[in-house]
Amino acid sequence: MGFVSRGFVGRPEAREGTGLLPPGQYDIGDGFPVLSAGPTPRTALADWDFTISGEVDEPERLTWQEFQDLPHEDVTVDIHCVTKWSKFGTTWSGVSLDTLLDRVETSADYLSAFCDGGYTTNLPLEDVTGGSAWIVDRYDGEQLEAQHGGPARLLVPHLYFWKSAKWVRGVALSGVEEPGFWETLGYHIYGDPWREQRYAGD
Amino acid sequence: MARTAIRRRLTWRLATVAANASEARAVHRLSLQIDGWDGHLPGQHVDVRLTAPDGYQAQRSYSIASAPESPTVDLVVQRLDDGEVSPYLTDGVRAGDQLELRGPIGGYFVWRAEFDSPLQLVAGGSGVAPFLAVLDHHAAAGSGAPVRLLYSARSIDDVIGRERLQQHAERGIGVTIALTREQPPGWAGLSGRLTPRVIREHVWPADGRPSILVCGSTTFVEAVADSLVEAGHEAAAIRIERFGDVKGARRDSGVPTTRR
Amino acid sequence: MTPESRRLDGNAAAGRLSDVFVFDATAARTRCGGCGMTAPLGVYHVYADAPGMVVRCPTCEAMVMRIAQTPGHTWLDMSGVAALDIST
Repeated sequence: MGFVSRGFVGRPEAREGTGLLPPGQYDIGDGFPVLSAGPTPRTALADWDFTISGEVDEPERLTWQEFQDLPHEDVTVDIHCVTKWSKFGTTWSGVSLDTLLDRVETSADYLSAFCDGGYTTNLPLEDVTGGSAWIVDRYDGEQLEAQHGGPARLLVPHLYFWKSAKWVRGVALSGVEEPGFWETLGYHIYGDPWREQRYAGD
Repeated sequence: MARTAIRRRLTWRLATVAANASEARAVHRLSLQIDGWDGHLPGQHVDVRLTAPDGYQAQRSYSIASAPESPTVDLVVQRLDDGEVSPYLTDGVRAGDQLELRGPIGGYFVWRAEFDSPLQLVAGGSGVAPFLAVLDHHAAAGSGAPVRLLYSARSIDDVIGRERLQQHAERGIGVTIALTREQPPGWAGLSGRLTPRVIREHVWPADGRPSILVCGSTTFVEAVADSLVEAGHEAAAIRIERFGDVKGARRDSGVPTTRR
Repeated sequence: MTPESRRLDGNAAAGRLSDVFVFDATAARTRCGGCGMTAPLGVYHVYADAPGMVVRCPTCEAMVMRIAQTPGHTWLDMSGVAALDIST
């Protein structure tokens, strides 16, 4: 270890490793930072759709209205961003991936979420099924704001939040894992905050 | 010289804090002694990296606010109370401490004394920092380039480098300060925001083909740039340095601001 | 507060790029692989609050570069840059 800045501790709470905070995270409290890799896409609801494609028996396409008509669930979860903030007790409403994936037949093991603006992220299928992931369109009782990923985003709270892709427009199923936007640039292929899988090789 | 100084790979090096003094409300000037500093160009910045005993690091960028002729390399740091780096730099650092930094960085947003076209500087808030370096260098180099500074600050207590700007005004630099929030009694400068009309009236006319440097928050610089283009200035004559809007953001302000 | 209100410019990427290049990247004339616009990298937009930095064309917003720093590594994706013109 080289140079140390006298008296600098950063965010000390970040490294206490309490039971609720994954290692290296700190509690952002009421804040909800917006992290974006580009300008905010604005897709009119009339033009919005959600597709399930790739290795499926028949691709599925839902309009905004069809998506609205699917049963929604309320979820309250903690979220953990790879840039080290965590936010406790966030409340969302959306459609379980189980409900969506029930509409297709597949033998795939992986999926890529794709989004307006070109963002992608990869996930094992078993991480988005069994009540562990949702396409959410409401946050904190309100319609999901564009800056937080509205009209709809993916929510996979047990993985780092970059996996919870904003402005999601669909998923493509595949037998092989296709690394996404950050996963191809040094970030971990899986991204479990409790094992602190921030970067490739962690 | 400075030109060769930017033609090598930069490495992290140690600077010694010579002074840390209040410069304006919630703004400090850190004067740094850096052994073997090869000089810099006004407009360049440095990256500052802080390291905690357990190895945790945080990094921010700050414009250099001093001229290359200055014996110290000065940074102007605005304290954001919930920031991670700026409160440490303004309140935690004292003379004799060491800081790790790399620089000088950037060859685009710079002014060279051999440029003789009219120069227009437009600053919002702590975006004036690189222009303090430009104006001091302009004076030290005896440049004949006509210069105007249009500077938007919230109140008189927020004006950075006030005395020095007064001295530049006395030697013929056009210094116009607009106070957006409150003005002291008898305020002779401008009041309110830099509207397209203010820009048109207080910036060198477009037909004189000035080169223009704009520095401030993203919203500020983009509005100013739009007004400049509207006033007939060529987009290519306008060089911009942004730091992200900081209101409500849980992060530090530097110029430009970067994460980590 | 919107992502657009916090975007930066090529200057913000210059320190990171100095880990890679011996020349100053902000002055390098950069041709966008999307629309063909050419300008110094300092003119390009930088979105720095994502996990890494994303450099986008100020004209067409196409992504031209991505830069990430992970422990012991600098990752650079320049697939969106058609050409860099570096004055020597």
